[in-house]
Amino acid sequence: MIAPYLTAKTWLHHVSAGWKLLALAAISIAFTQLTDWRGLLAAAAAVLALYLLTLLGHWSRLRLYTSLLPLLVGIGALQAYASGWEIAIASIARLAAMILLADLVTATTPMLAMMDALSPVLRPLRRIGVDENQVSLAVALVIRFMPVLLNEWTKRSEAWRARTGRRPPLRLLAPFAADVLRLADHVAEALESRGFSIKRSQERNQEENKD
Amino acid sequence: MFDTRDIVRISLFAALIAAMGLFPRLDIPLAGGVPITLQTLGVMLAGALLGPWRGAASVLLFLLLVAVGAPLLAGGRGGLGVFFGPTAGYLVGWIPGAFVTGWLMQKHWPGNLFLRAYVGALVGGVLVIHAFGLFYLAWKVGMSLRQAVVADFVFVPGDILKALACAYVASIAGPRSLNVPKQPS
Repeated sequence: MIAPYLTAKTWLHHVSAGWKLLALAAISIAFTQLTDWRGLLAAAAAVLALYLLTLLGHWSRLRLYTSLLPLLVGIGALQAYASGWEIAIASIARLAAMILLADLVTATTPMLAMMDALSPVLRPLRRIGVDENQVSLAVALVIRFMPVLLNEWTKRSEAWRARTGRRPPLRLLAPFAADVLRLADHVAEALESRGFSIKRSQERNQEENKD
Repeated sequence: MFDTRDIVRISLFAALIAAMGLFPRLDIPLAGGVPITLQTLGVMLAGALLGPWRGAASVLLFLLLVAVGAPLLAGGRGGLGVFFGPTAGYLVGWIPGAFVTGWLMQKHWPGNLFLRAYVGALVGGVLVIHAFGLFYLAWKVGMSLRQAVVADFVFVPGDILKALACAYVASIAGPRSLNVPKQPS
């Protein structure tokens, strides 16, 4: 699997995640205002140049987007046929530029920094009873559950293969889903018996807010 | 709003959606190489098995992880780029998609669990998601709605099959998860 974050350091790594996200938002708004195809093509070329210069030596990253290429070509062809080639070029350039720019932010920002930048955005969720601690617990659980799920499914499909000699059918998903739901309940019990409780962390937050 | 058990289940289904992106493709890549994956099946299952709120929260959690850079979408894609792409509408549509699936499933309609889950998955997991995807595609790329429908239609049969699979799984695994005793809150 290709990790979107690039560990090699570039100048963009040193810019804080919050600024990068703000810049991305501002530029994306600017791009939707721009309609002239020449301007958009120039902007896309500038973004591509920035992308290539920043990620010098890591251009293989562009390979991630090969699956997107036929889609862009298809959209372009459909638009050129229906609304003329100027509009087709304009929309493809706009899409490509925004995708590259957003990818540049992802490539140069570690996941944790991105989560930190997002936490002021998550804070208002407290009002409806979701606090950031719950979100970070959930994120940690997802990352932990993925290999567990894959492992459980592999066990089942191998058992199926050994007994039938055929590919596991989708039908196998039903007992699998029931079993992993039970597993989830065990995890929840384990968390609570070890003193982790949502209520308690919420009370703690309220006390902090009082101070 | 959510207790510990809810949080764990929400995380579990977010992980399930993620794991379904890693699966050896069960279906054929149609339509110009755009990968068709099982991930929407995960979305439908989250709605059907967890109910509207927890199902939607599960999808939201998954998309949050994708947005901050985890390569969890099919084909190892992730990061903010996907939310600026032409198909971002489908991804965002997953949230109401899971919600509507769960909501319809919980309605006490005549018919057995399978039928209710099938209707829920068809409306929530196919109709709602495709509607979001279509309107976004049409708006973002500036094509007419009819063109977008043409481009979109290739994916409908596969998704109808996924709705069937979701209904099957939900009708077997469902009763257990739907009849959880409410914890006093």
